[in-house]
Amino acid sequence: MQTPTEARQTSSDNSVLLRLLRADNSRLAVITIVIFVIMTLLSPERFLSAGNLSSMAFQFPEFAILSLAMMLVMLTGGIDLSVVGTANLSAIIAALLLAALAGTDATGGFAIAAILLAIIVAIMVGLSAGLLNGVAIGAFGLPPILATLGTGLVFTGLGVALTGGSAVIGFPDDFAALGNSAIFGLPVPLLIFALLAVAMTFMLDRTKYGLRVQLFGTNPLAARFAGINDLALTIRTYVISGGLASVAGLVIMSRANSAKADYGSSYLLLSILICVLGGINPYGGFGRVSGLVLAVLSLQFLSSGLNMLQVSNFATELIWGALLLLVMTTNGLRLRRKGRGSASTS
Amino acid sequence: MVRKPTIDFSRNETLVAIVVVLFVAMTAIVDHNFLSLPTLFDLLRGAIVMGIFAIGVLLVLISGGIDVSFTAIAAFAMYSTTSLLVHFKLDIPWPFVFLLSVAIGAGLGLLNALFIAGFRLPTLIVTLGTLSIIRGFLLTFIGSQLISNLPANLRVFSRLFMIRGTTADGSFYSLPWAFAALVIVVAVTWFLLYRTMLGRMIFALGGSLESARRIGINVQATQVFVYAFVGGISGLAGIIHAAMARVANPFDIVGLELSVIAAVVLGGARLSGGYGTITGALLGVALITLINNSLILLGIPSTWQMVVIGMLILLGTGIPAYQTKRAARRAG
Repeated sequence: MQTPTEARQTSSDNSVLLRLLRADNSRLAVITIVIFVIMTLLSPERFLSAGNLSSMAFQFPEFAILSLAMMLVMLTGGIDLSVVGTANLSAIIAALLLAALAGTDATGGFAIAAILLAIIVAIMVGLSAGLLNGVAIGAFGLPPILATLGTGLVFTGLGVALTGGSAVIGFPDDFAALGNSAIFGLPVPLLIFALLAVAMTFMLDRTKYGLRVQLFGTNPLAARFAGINDLALTIRTYVISGGLASVAGLVIMSRANSAKADYGSSYLLLSILICVLGGINPYGGFGRVSGLVLAVLSLQFLSSGLNMLQVSNFATELIWGALLLLVMTTNGLRLRRKGRGSASTS
Repeated sequence: MVRKPTIDFSRNETLVAIVVVLFVAMTAIVDHNFLSLPTLFDLLRGAIVMGIFAIGVLLVLISGGIDVSFTAIAAFAMYSTTSLLVHFKLDIPWPFVFLLSVAIGAGLGLLNALFIAGFRLPTLIVTLGTLSIIRGFLLTFIGSQLISNLPANLRVFSRLFMIRGTTADGSFYSLPWAFAALVIVVAVTWFLLYRTMLGRMIFALGGSLESARRIGINVQATQVFVYAFVGGISGLAGIIHAAMARVANPFDIVGLELSVIAAVVLGGARLSGGYGTITGALLGVALITLINNSLILLGIPSTWQMVVIGMLILLGTGIPAYQTKRAARRAG
């Protein structure tokens, strides 16, 4: 949003390539493509195999949806440390309901009805969890990082208390379709993520709410003086974020065919990392869904590719961290050239 | 500033202290054995590592930053120190083992400082990145196996007790010398924060980075010191953890970071920087340790422990936040 205009002003004497490199997310796009090409060259017949491509498409949507939830609150200058807790609590309540209403034997219309009910309940749980966050932050003035740290513990804790810490199992077979089947060759989780990503892009770029989120994230005080109801905005943002988290919870539950309080515990830091890597400013105001998608893809290519090369998961973690710092350092150097003020936000 | 003689109920420290006292009183009523020397020393021993971490976190928060990588630094320093000693069969006395771990920790802190002070990147993002890098490096290149035969000199340290004895009814109690490390860290940090120019600079940095720069404080140098110091402290906490557990587990410690930050903020330190007290941080640690150890005595099943801690964080930070918000609204 701000970069293309600046690029136009400053790069009249530069080559096309340099101009491209300055555009939104272009550096990340180049990195993503480079990773893809390197992985393809290192193990051509395996990385490009249908099996690997489809397994990647099944793997990333769950944490990509969580990252969308994280992105929205980051745009307002907040953070949501309760996304994984919300996802698991929604899934656990849906799982308990589904297991009680319809066991593994249920089929046909009855099973579908029970599944729909469980999905609705899970999303309601997610929205209520978000409401709690929004009220704590907007009405009571808690810093987002603390409010969501506290509610995250409460949600995870409720999940542990409801299940005694073990996994809830025993759903109708049809429920597994949500996370494991494909329509026209496209995995259902991927379709869900694509739908949500498009909806999020539309919401941020084309609605009054989206504009207000970005205004509020850029300068909360100015936004308040411009007549934006910050309480309503904050509550709405966290409610949507909670809803997105519950969808991620349902996808995880369907893929694992069970629900447990400690599923996806590594996804919290991963979703923050994806947002930051995708160019979403953690202090609010700026970020695009396309950046997030690129960040998700580059991390997934890296981890699948390294996995094929028999590199341990721990090394993948190392490389993710290094990638984050590399992208931030090059972005930071560019920011610093523009002026000292914008880079000294820490 | 004039000290008010009355108790200031709007301060987090007061609130946390009241909750701690209430909690102890309630537990003591339910379980008559609670108020005893063995319990006290158990709690103190349990709070050593978290207390040392909390002091480090406090320093970073005061300087206006946040550090989530300190647990990875601690695990790295602890594990690489012990594996160096075991691998090369080095037989050095434990004070030097501690120094080695502190030095490794401080070195890793400098890595944070490079990105924060050197490239001026936001502290949360940098430490999130270094958390992955340090942990990934440790588990990939140094090792992911438990070391259970610690060097003999570390085992010597773990058997040093400041106080030990038996109560009248025959139960054994002891306080290891590791507790002195917490006392020393607290004393050094107190002196640093309140009696040196550097301490004033750290507060100034957290109050307003730009103002600090304009009055001539070398912001970069101060940040380098803060992150190296915190790294060193984390290295110390790590090696003490290993000595007390009598095993070096590279998977230990990481995962604690958010609860330590929560404890410090419960004690009144502000995430926006420039404000925080050592008393508050230690009270926050006391509260979390107390809850972790005595919920079961109160008849609350352990599965509800997380819910209770979460609620306490919400209430403990919510009440002061709400008061500030109301005061701001009244002021106009």
